[in-house]
Amino acid sequence: MMLKAAAHRAAMLGRGAAHVSARGLRSSAQARKEIEMFIDGKAVQIEEGSAIIQAAEKAGVTIPRFCYHERLGVAGNCRMCLVEIEKSPKMAASCAMPVGPGMRVLTDTPKIKQAREGVMEFLLANHPLDCPVCDQGGECDLQDQSMRYGGDRGRFGESKRAVEDKDIGPLVRTTMTRCIHCTRCVRFINEVAGTGELGTTGRGNDMQIGTYVARPLTSELSGNIVDLCPVGALTSKPYAFSARPWELKNTESIDVMDALGSNIRVDSRGEEVLRVVPRTNDAINEEWISDKARFANDGLKRQRLTTPLVRVGDAFEAATWADALALVAERLRGARPEHVHAVAGALADAEALVALKDLINAVGSENLAVDAAGCGAPAAGVDVRANYTFNATVAGVEAADAVLLIGTNPRHEAPVLNARLRKPFLAGTAQYALVGEAADLTYDYAHVGTTAAAIDALAEGRHAFAATLRAAKRPLVIVGSAVGELSNGADVMAAVARLAASVPALVGDAWNGLSVLQHAAGRTAALDIGFVPNARSTGAEAAEFVYLLGADGDGAAQPGAIPAGAFVVYQGHHGDAGAHLADVILPGSAYTEKTATYVNTEGRAQLTRRAVNAPGAARDDWKIVRALSEAAGLTLPYDDVGALRARMADVCPTLVHVDECEATSAAVAALGLTQMLAGGRGKAEGPLARAVGDYYMTDAISRASRTMARASASAAKARSSGLIPELEAPAQQAAA
Amino acid sequence: MFRTAAIYRSTQRQFSISSTTRSDAIFVHRDTPENNPSIPFEFDEKSMQEAKKIVAKYPPQYKKAAMIPLLHLAQKQNGWTSLSVMNYVAKFIEVPPMRVYEVATFYTMFNRNPVGKYFLQVCTTTPCQLCGSSKIVEAIENHLGIKVGETTSDKLFTLVEVECAGACINAPVISVNDDYFEDLTPEATVKLLDDLKAGKPVKRGPVSGRNNCEPLGQQTTLTTPPTGPGFMIRSDL
Repeated sequence: MMLKAAAHRAAMLGRGAAHVSARGLRSSAQARKEIEMFIDGKAVQIEEGSAIIQAAEKAGVTIPRFCYHERLGVAGNCRMCLVEIEKSPKMAASCAMPVGPGMRVLTDTPKIKQAREGVMEFLLANHPLDCPVCDQGGECDLQDQSMRYGGDRGRFGESKRAVEDKDIGPLVRTTMTRCIHCTRCVRFINEVAGTGELGTTGRGNDMQIGTYVARPLTSELSGNIVDLCPVGALTSKPYAFSARPWELKNTESIDVMDALGSNIRVDSRGEEVLRVVPRTNDAINEEWISDKARFANDGLKRQRLTTPLVRVGDAFEAATWADALALVAERLRGARPEHVHAVAGALADAEALVALKDLINAVGSENLAVDAAGCGAPAAGVDVRANYTFNATVAGVEAADAVLLIGTNPRHEAPVLNARLRKPFLAGTAQYALVGEAADLTYDYAHVGTTAAAIDALAEGRHAFAATLRAAKRPLVIVGSAVGELSNGADVMAAVARLAASVPALVGDAWNGLSVLQHAAGRTAALDIGFVPNARSTGAEAAEFVYLLGADGDGAAQPGAIPAGAFVVYQGHHGDAGAHLADVILPGSAYTEKTATYVNTEGRAQLTRRAVNAPGAARDDWKIVRALSEAAGLTLPYDDVGALRARMADVCPTLVHVDECEATSAAVAALGLTQMLAGGRGKAEGPLARAVGDYYMTDAISRASRTMARASASAAKARSSGLIPELEAPAQQAAA
Repeated sequence: MFRTAAIYRSTQRQFSISSTTRSDAIFVHRDTPENNPSIPFEFDEKSMQEAKKIVAKYPPQYKKAAMIPLLHLAQKQNGWTSLSVMNYVAKFIEVPPMRVYEVATFYTMFNRNPVGKYFLQVCTTTPCQLCGSSKIVEAIENHLGIKVGETTSDKLFTLVEVECAGACINAPVISVNDDYFEDLTPEATVKLLDDLKAGKPVKRGPVSGRNNCEPLGQQTTLTTPPTGPGFMIRSDL
């Protein structure tokens, strides 16, 4: 039976089954019964099969550990978590020892104390005492635990072992002599990131962590090994020697480098954001963030717009806010209302978007668009929210049993989501297929086709995967946001609707698996607020006044998107593509400099928080729009953020329901599908472009970041060198 | 009292009191003209047949279990386990190359550097050492002019020390590629090396005249016929 299933799986796979053997032995999660056991005399109820260390956590007893991590496989090699079990002659590693009914565990006996001191002594035998020059100092597990649990002297008089440092790319700095071989990084790269590049070579005293061959890590999640490393062996390369943790101000915020809305903590000192680290949020990013979220922060210091600028001839001249706003107001009032346009950029926050929509509407224009190619609206329309949100929810993808990706590369568009998509693959509970450009997604998939025609092949059951999808209890279809932005996007989305109609379990009340993966952090909010052309909109060809709210992408910078005679205002934080087009530049704030609402791809509103002040004369984005409205004599009726949020609640209540993810009912979702279907004019065909070309450079901040430039160059070099094999052209399965 | 002892000890401690013990191999790869990923390697027809037999022993989803036998097979064909060999095996069983590097660096019998035509593995574990393996090593080193871990300039011989070869009864022993040469003396070893170098046929096994592991002279035990039933049993039972 097992063989048959495996053979079936192998037959399903279009490309070489490179990830099959990476699959573990874990089966799907089973409901286990609860048992009672005792930690230091305290009774704990816990699921059978849990480890003692988990029971201790539940009982509120801290057990020191280095190698154990609740989101990674169990290694049991550091021995720091030894505990005594009553009636057991030897101590047990609590991370690897399953609980038993009535088990009595002791974690605080003289024997344990001695054992911990012994383990610490061994760990420190080969660990250099270079804490003063180590970046981990102050947030080092080894340092903390040796103070708390270690002995006060060592007996190791021999020379310490030395290991050469590895060059694993521009993001992670290694000092391998400090490594204590907990293998957390190895397990993360192999299990979660799925690129399998790190491992242990040699054995015994010669064992070392590394890549064996000199090569950079290619995972987009590689920065997480910096957080995982309990010692200073893996530290952040860009952050090296810049601060001690106790000097930093921690601000809890939201990442905007992709549309996932990963929870982050911004660490700043003075006016400088020094680093970004993840915050745990099981509904979104667990405790990982992508490399762009983590390392693009140096982009916040470069190419910044710090003062209003007015174009004079071929150059920009600094102006005062009053002069700049007066000029913009004059041109705004001077333009014919129906030819006033506004474009919402990728990083625009909901507050500024609402204010800008109110202003443009007050002028008398309906010309609102998001920063995308073509019409600037998703092909599926925005009347039904389910047509542009990730309805399955980020956490929900783990429950999927058949996954179809259409025109998306989640590894680049939302790396943390991709790591979650990999979970059912590892558990062996889901089958995958892809329509669009082939890529190494870290899990195996059947490549149905590169063009949109393959969607209809699936809808009509002409491909083997169609049966899998229809038989699935929780089918998941992820449509990339780039699909809706194609010139024939409406046709392709109609094909998606036809496919949805052919999969009975796809859209229902308990499970809605038809999900759109946005790639821009500000996009969902812009669509919620209504940054789409409507019946009264006019084409951009005749635009006289264009307001770019951080628009640097295809909607603004594409040749011909803005006519030559139009007066262009750019409001944003970086002198990027959009600013070059402008007649007046109004300096706004980046996400670390404002408390603003962002709606992630699921439709979940979350708040960023101000960590540092905006540089120079830059201001909060909504305040700029509000000030402009006053200068133009169209004063918007809100003077503070509270009043603005009340207005936001009127426009779209979900914008103020922070941290809530509201599902669309099946009936409304079905209505959305009808609209999606009706939008189609012709046959769905043509290649499906991907939303993200170079993962490391997607927006104004990451394009300004030196670290991201280095990472991009390193990734390009790795691809072109013989060491990292190019993705083999997948053997396409012909439609049967 | 306690404190004094601690101070005393710390002032006595030297910067380094013993040399570090390190294995002779390095555990990272460095590109060299003879070992880099651009050198092609593939199973020849014979190895491919063998490899398919090996892989067929395992369920398809556990193909990676064939890693060690395949590495041995590839090493046999190539003479040593080059980076290309490891990459090829990784591709063959569909695992990331790092999984193969981990295994190949763990086991000392995978030679990750080129070895001579005759790979001399001298056992120097206790029984062999008691029977004179140090003299054997010395004889080889003097005769070939190489040290343990080195290869002769004509690329014929590579000399390494190994731990117990499992032939203690015929100590001292060296293995040349896959063949054991046992009961060695320094003279016999030198003759063996000369014969190998000259391409003369050599006889594997003990060089002392024994066929196997029987005593050199006459049999010393089990010289009487086997005892029958009732042996050593009380007569009153």
